[in-house]
Amino acid sequence: MNQNNPSNWMIEPERYELYSAPMYTFDLNRRQFLRTMGGGVLVLSLLSQNVTAQETRRESRGRQSGQDLPDEIGAWLHIGEDGEITIFTGKVEVGQNIRTSLAQVVAEELHTPLNTIKMVMGDTDLTPYDAGTFGSRTTPAMSPQLRRVAAAAREILIDLAVKESEVDRSLFVVSEGKVSNREGDQSYSFGELTKGQEIVQTLEDNISLTPVDEWKVAGTSTPKVDGRLFVTGEHRYTCDMTLPGMLYGKILRPSSFNATLTSLDTKEAEAIPGVSVVRDGNFIGVTAPDPITARRAIEAIQAEWKSESQPSDEEIFDYLKGHPVEGRGGGWGGSSQESGGSLQEGFAKSKQTLEETYHIHYIAHVPLETRAALADWKDGKLTVWTGTQRPFGVQNELAQALQIPRENVRVIMPDTGSGYGGKHTGEAAVEAARLAVAVKKPIKLVWSREEEFTWAYFRPAGVIDIKSGLDEEGRITVWDFHNYNSGGSGIRALYDIPHQNSQFHRTESPLRQGSYRALAATANHFARESHIDSLAHEMKIDPLEFRLKNIKDERLRNVLTAAAEAFGWSEKKSTEDRGFGLACGFEKNGYVATCAEVEIDRQKKQVRVLRVVESFDCGPIINPEHIKNQIEGMILMGIGGALFEAIRFENGKIRNPNFSEYRVPRFGDTPKMEIVLIDRKDIAPAGAGETPIVTVAPAIGNAIYNSTGTRLRTLPMTPNGLKV
Amino acid sequence: MDKIELKINGRAHSLEVHENQSLLNVLRDELDLTGTKYGCGEGQCGACTVLVEGTPMRSCVTPAASVQGHEITTIEGLERDGQLHPMQQAFLDEDALQCGYCTPGMILSAIALVNNNDNPSEAEIVDAMQGNICRCGTYSRIVAAIQRAAHNTKEGVR
Repeated sequence: MNQNNPSNWMIEPERYELYSAPMYTFDLNRRQFLRTMGGGVLVLSLLSQNVTAQETRRESRGRQSGQDLPDEIGAWLHIGEDGEITIFTGKVEVGQNIRTSLAQVVAEELHTPLNTIKMVMGDTDLTPYDAGTFGSRTTPAMSPQLRRVAAAAREILIDLAVKESEVDRSLFVVSEGKVSNREGDQSYSFGELTKGQEIVQTLEDNISLTPVDEWKVAGTSTPKVDGRLFVTGEHRYTCDMTLPGMLYGKILRPSSFNATLTSLDTKEAEAIPGVSVVRDGNFIGVTAPDPITARRAIEAIQAEWKSESQPSDEEIFDYLKGHPVEGRGGGWGGSSQESGGSLQEGFAKSKQTLEETYHIHYIAHVPLETRAALADWKDGKLTVWTGTQRPFGVQNELAQALQIPRENVRVIMPDTGSGYGGKHTGEAAVEAARLAVAVKKPIKLVWSREEEFTWAYFRPAGVIDIKSGLDEEGRITVWDFHNYNSGGSGIRALYDIPHQNSQFHRTESPLRQGSYRALAATANHFARESHIDSLAHEMKIDPLEFRLKNIKDERLRNVLTAAAEAFGWSEKKSTEDRGFGLACGFEKNGYVATCAEVEIDRQKKQVRVLRVVESFDCGPIINPEHIKNQIEGMILMGIGGALFEAIRFENGKIRNPNFSEYRVPRFGDTPKMEIVLIDRKDIAPAGAGETPIVTVAPAIGNAIYNSTGTRLRTLPMTPNGLKV
Repeated sequence: MDKIELKINGRAHSLEVHENQSLLNVLRDELDLTGTKYGCGEGQCGACTVLVEGTPMRSCVTPAASVQGHEITTIEGLERDGQLHPMQQAFLDEDALQCGYCTPGMILSAIALVNNNDNPSEAEIVDAMQGNICRCGTYSRIVAAIQRAAHNTKEGVR
């Protein structure tokens, strides 16, 4: 199976929060659109069937008559009559810096300074449809489209210069935002060429792009394009926005999940000046002139709830195994069962076998900006600003929730205070919109930290059973891997094993669950790479040597040896108070290896991660500094999930919905980090926002084992200190 | 409602506040100074950090009335004539942010540290900044930014 063919990618089965595939028609008359944009040059990227269709896949529908524009548009670029360049993409910025990297690839093709490019992102009125900014898709799927439209625009500009000057095409060169004749003195700014023009070009075929190894702008560590706005506090996140006449909204939350309302008295709340109470079935909210009054109003509502007995985190693993969900585990994605050879034969050929079970707790994303929305209902049209990774998905949610046509809903996504896969859904948007429609005033609704910890969704908990076998030479002969509930991402071992079965089993889940950064690849790599280490120890073979013995994949071997070399693996000897461990992984066409050094304090019963070396290969790198930043960030986030993050719950209540009881990594948890980037200009690009997190937990777990001899098989490994 | 007077970034403001209304609330919702952020409302994450007479305080758990008569500095008050404060510039130079939400709180906590200790060691930085959370995980870069800013301030670079 060709891993590098994007058409083989699919929406992962465990993205439960994406409960419906969107049905979307983008109705816009081409001429009308250009009139809205103003004159100039407009280039549209049309999706071919295979390469990037995933971005905008819809339920199949033929071309509708009377519609000028084809449905499957990926991106567009507009050069106005004043020469102003604007890129329109449905992708959004949550701190991963694609606003910068996408501008870089455009600047590369269009030969114009970076600061002349304006990016309009994630606005359902202005940008093309996009399924969502997740899955490490932007670099492999959106970046090529923007390169193409930019290259096409460049060629159009040259065409215009040729017409203007009647100079031969081959003499023109585009540089620094100008089209110039290298032999004569004709030189045109983009604006001089686009003035009075109304050119619309739809790009269908591939166009020649600047070869990656000739990159001058892409491939460099360009600073964050609008960084200044963030260090000055000028940038307005959703929670910072205001509209004239705006009120503040707040929602009455049930006492627990699955609780039923048995009595409600809102008189006291309604009596507070300026407050309106809005009720629609189970939806109970208030609007007020300021947030303090809104909170007071919520507290004044007398509500009684009947709660149900529900499992706790202490019984969750038995619960998951005991509550399977019928049907194939794959959900709407593809096969969840990957087999090769015969397990029976494999076990028969094994000299020794090993059986282990791993447990994974629910964890939270904890974006520092909580969910927020500003909703404006005016003249039958709803506009909502909200931080979400899926503005078009939220547009759909709003249309469905409020029973209004999608054309009357506009969602605008300002650069947002992070998501990590946790902001795919538009709860705050729907809540704010419902209130706005009811009271006919703009409504700002910001979730509290406790609400963000409780009413969003979690990375799934899971149980992973592994049974494997080795021959006398230390080659893995058989691999039987079962993941219950956590998910199928990263379930496939890239090891060279003749007889293997990797299977994902759906189970019921007492908590709402969904996407997380790298999804279940975090859990699956933790289990797999810990088990691999256990096998290495059974054979008394060095963990690096053991892996190289059992991996044929060139790129995986490469990152492993690169990380080990930079780390000095061969010189490291684990002792009573120092542990050294490593792990390797593959996810979303990215290859990663991590080496970790931990300090074991047996007296204080503490583990500290002292040093991490991580090597990463995702094809050609657009911005080395930003990728390093992302990887370092994922090492920190990975430490949280590895050592101390866990959602505690009981009877439908979250027991630790705050920072004092849900520990997230801080300055004091930061190890020394070295990132080894493998820049492969010769292959197709992969994304980088997820894969680097998957090897962090197992590298740490393996380091702990190498020092203490104790195999920790639960994530988080040391929530209450180290127990050895 | 109580009448109070606050001095913020050199300007005086007369306001009416609810009993115990937090300084964070006043800044964001009364004065539209939204650079200071809400992260938890419990003083645990540092996103709401402002300086009160140069001392870092978590404005979400600071009643506005309690800081009357004191000089309050927010992120909006750092820039001078279009020139960034060395700490702001250092954060840009070290690429010490991703989503940027924690950044104002980080910058103010960092300024307080460097004003008290013009050459902080890494350990001193970690200790002083432990109350500020960056979920994107840019801690090592923030440390580098603080060291850079400390150095630049000493050298008289503004």
